[in-house]
Amino acid sequence: MLENFTPLSGLAGGLLIGLSTALLMLMNGRIAGISGIVGGLLARKGSEVAWRAMFAGGLLLGAVAYVLAMEEAFPVIVEESLPIMVAAGLLVGLGSRLGSGCTSGHGVSGIARLSRRSIVATLVFMGTAILTVFVTGRVL
Amino acid sequence: MLRMMVALISGTLFGLGLAVSGMANPQKVIGFLDVTGDWDPTLALVMGGALLVAAPAFRVILGRRRPVLAEDFDLPANKGVDARLVGGSALFGVGWGLAGFCPGPAVVALVPALVTGIVPVFAFFAAMVAGMAIYERLS
Repeated sequence: MLENFTPLSGLAGGLLIGLSTALLMLMNGRIAGISGIVGGLLARKGSEVAWRAMFAGGLLLGAVAYVLAMEEAFPVIVEESLPIMVAAGLLVGLGSRLGSGCTSGHGVSGIARLSRRSIVATLVFMGTAILTVFVTGRVL
Repeated sequence: MLRMMVALISGTLFGLGLAVSGMANPQKVIGFLDVTGDWDPTLALVMGGALLVAAPAFRVILGRRRPVLAEDFDLPANKGVDARLVGGSALFGVGWGLAGFCPGPAVVALVPALVTGIVPVFAFFAAMVAGMAIYERLS
């Protein structure tokens, strides 16, 4: 039971994400939602491209900083086949934009301001994700 | 200029947080979603830790007239729950469950993938961007 549970690093990472979210709202008045930020870089209209590019660059910079500080890459283990990963990527990209957010925009920023839409969205995507893992892992 | 610096610092903290939390590893995410298997509750602590800071901070911040460096708070005007919100979130959840990647971790995982050459990470990222581009076409 719970042999993979890493509570301390999970909590520490979560606090950093919360700090990032609070900082962007306090200073710039913007939601730290990754699907909106990355997807917004593809939008034809709008002048909010520059800060989104800076934020996305920061995501990569944070990962690089971790690798340099720890002197090793953090684990990324993919067990699914390439076609499944491509299908999943399409669903995540299209679905998160249609649904106006993902784990960060709805799951953190939205819930933090008690948005009803974000609470519903988080319950829905958690629900279909749990169901998907159950079906692919236990049924198929 | 200051706003660009804040965006960069905020993005860096977010990316670092994802790397530290272990959430850039799809197996940690699938371990959380696999509630009938060997359940790994770490993701709940990541979201809990983020909310522990963001929820009280937002109460104070959104009580201000305006942000420090911008004219206004850019918050969604739409307040109602509609089919697009539910349908889009449902699709997103299916993709999230299939791969164990959501958008933030998919970006952050590009860094170790570049070092070790994990092709499926690039494939997922490219497909995710394509899915977002399809949305731009539709709207």
